[in-house]
Amino acid sequence: MTMPFYSSVDQLLRDRSELARKGISRGRSVVVMTFSGGVLFVAENHSSALNKVSEIYDRIGFAAVGRYNEFEGLRTAGIRLADSRGFSYDRRDVTSRWLANTYAQFIGAAFVEQQKPYEAEICLAEVGETPDGDQLYRITYDGSITDEPQYVVMGGTTEPISTKLKDVYDGGHDLGEALATALEGLQVPGSGPGNGTEARVLGEKALEVAVLDRTRPGRAFRRISGPVLRSLLPAANRGEAAEEPDVRGGDDAPAAGGALPSSN
Amino acid sequence: MEFREGIPGPAAIGRPFPGSPEPAAGRRDGQPGLGHHAAFAALGETSFANYVAATQPHLLPGRMFDAPRGPEGRPMTPDALGVPHGTTIVALQFSGGVVIAGDRRATAGNVIAQRDIEKIFITDSHSAVGIAGSAGIAIEMIRLYSVELEHYEKIEGVAMSLDGKANRLAGMIRGNLGAALQGFVVVPLFAGYDTEEPDPAKAGRIVTYDPTGGRYDEWLGYHAVGSGSVFAKSSMKKLHRTSADLQTTLRNALEALYDAADDDTATGGPDLVRKIYPVVVSITGPEGAVRRSEEEIAGIVERIVADRAENPGG
Repeated sequence: MTMPFYSSVDQLLRDRSELARKGISRGRSVVVMTFSGGVLFVAENHSSALNKVSEIYDRIGFAAVGRYNEFEGLRTAGIRLADSRGFSYDRRDVTSRWLANTYAQFIGAAFVEQQKPYEAEICLAEVGETPDGDQLYRITYDGSITDEPQYVVMGGTTEPISTKLKDVYDGGHDLGEALATALEGLQVPGSGPGNGTEARVLGEKALEVAVLDRTRPGRAFRRISGPVLRSLLPAANRGEAAEEPDVRGGDDAPAAGGALPSSN
Repeated sequence: MEFREGIPGPAAIGRPFPGSPEPAAGRRDGQPGLGHHAAFAALGETSFANYVAATQPHLLPGRMFDAPRGPEGRPMTPDALGVPHGTTIVALQFSGGVVIAGDRRATAGNVIAQRDIEKIFITDSHSAVGIAGSAGIAIEMIRLYSVELEHYEKIEGVAMSLDGKANRLAGMIRGNLGAALQGFVVVPLFAGYDTEEPDPAKAGRIVTYDPTGGRYDEWLGYHAVGSGSVFAKSSMKKLHRTSADLQTTLRNALEALYDAADDDTATGGPDLVRKIYPVVVSITGPEGAVRRSEEEIAGIVERIVADRAENPGG
C-alpha cells in the first residue's frame, strides 16, 4: 500500500513563502515615494526595454520587483481591469484602492491554491489632487496588502534602504530633492545584489525613473529619461555608473530562483 | 472554458486567450469567483476591444441589433426612432500636419436634435476622429476606440503605428455592419499624424471608411463626410492647397463648413448669437493633437462672416 504524500498546511505555506521571498530578494530594489509634485518611482534597472515601472490609468502607476514574466502578467491584467472599469463606468471610478484589493485577492488566492506562488511584489500608487490624496499600496506575494503613507521599498535587500529613507525622507521635497533622496536610499551600503558593503553610485543607465505628475490633467504618468533625467540627478550620478558584474535587465531573478541555492 | 476552472496562478498565465463570449464572472462550479480571471489569463492580447468582446460583449457599441421593431413588426428606421444624426466633418492636410473640423449640429429628421454637439474627438496624442451618421453608436464607438489606442500604448509601451490605428478603426466599423444594414450607419473620418515620417508635409494623413469597414487613404489632401460633404469638398477643392500653413488651413476648414451649412439644411453654420462655433483640431508633430481655442476659432469665423457679407459666395 502506498502512503499518501502528506505535508501540513503550515509547512506548505512556509515553504512557498520562503521560495517567494528568496526569489524577490534576489532582484534589485525599487523605491516609490510621494513628494510635493506627485509620486516618484525610482527603480534600479539596467534594462532599457524591460520595465519595472508602468502606467496603469490616469492617476495610477505600478511598480514591481521579482520575476519579470510574472509581474508583467500582473501589470497587463491591471491595465485591462482598469480600462474595462473606466469604459463601463467612468474614468473617475477607477481607483487604486479597488485595484489594489483586486490584486490582493488574486495574488492571495494564487498563493494558497497554486503549486508555486508569485515571486513578485507590487506597489500601486495613486496621485491625488493634493498631497493628502496620494495613496501607496504594497501587495506582497501572499496577497497581504498594506497602505503606506510616505514611501515603499521593495525587492533586493530592503532594510538598509528603508532605514536610510526613514532619516532622509521629507514629503515636502520637490522632484529633484525627492530623486536625490530615493538615490540615497538605493545606494546605501549593503543594498546592492551580493550585499556589498561599499556605497554605490547609480548612473542614468542603471535607473528607471517615472512620476505621477499632480499638475498634469488626464494621464499623469510620465517617464523621465535621457537629458531630462540627467539634469535632475545629483552631480555624482551624472557620470557613467561603475560596471557591475552579472547584470541582467528587468528580470534579475532566474526562473524558479528561490529553488536554487543562494549565491549570496 | 478552460480558464474558468480555477484561478490561473503564475503557472497558468501562459494559457491562450479565451475566445468565449461568456462573461468571466463566477466559477463553473457555482462558487462565487473573483470575476477577474480573464484579465489575468489573456496573455499577449493587446486589443482592448477584443478583450471586451470576449469578456463583456454587451458593452460593445451596436451590439443590440436586431433593430427595434415598430407596430407592424417591421424594423424601425433611425428616423422613426428619432435617433440624432451627425452631419458634416472636414479634414485637410497641410504643410505641418493635418486639420480636422466639424459643425455642431445633430438632426433627427427635420428637427435640430442638438445645436452644440461635438463630433470631433481627440483619440490619442497624434490622432483625431470626426463622426457623421448615427450619433449614439458613433460616440460609443469612438469612446471604445480611444481606450483601444490608450490600452495598446500602455501595454506595449509605445504608441500604435498610424496605419495600425486606421485599421483598428476599420475593424470597429465592420463590427457595426449589422446595425448599419438597419440604417444605423456610422461614418467616421480619421485624421492622424505619422510620427515616423520625417517630413511634416507628408506626415498628416486622412483616412475614410465605408460602412462595411473598407478603409480608404485620401492622398489629395482633403476630404469630407456627412450630409454637407458634397458642398464642403467643392469648397476645399477650390480653396485648399496642401502647401498651405496652419492659419490658412484653419480658415479653409471653416470656409468649407460655412459652404456646407450654406447649402445643406442639416449642417449648422456658425451661431454668432449663441457663440457656438465649429470644433477644430490641428495635429502637428511638435504639439500633437490640439483643440483650437474658442477665441481663435471665433476670430476666424467672424472674419469669414464679414467677408461673406460683402460676397456671399466667398
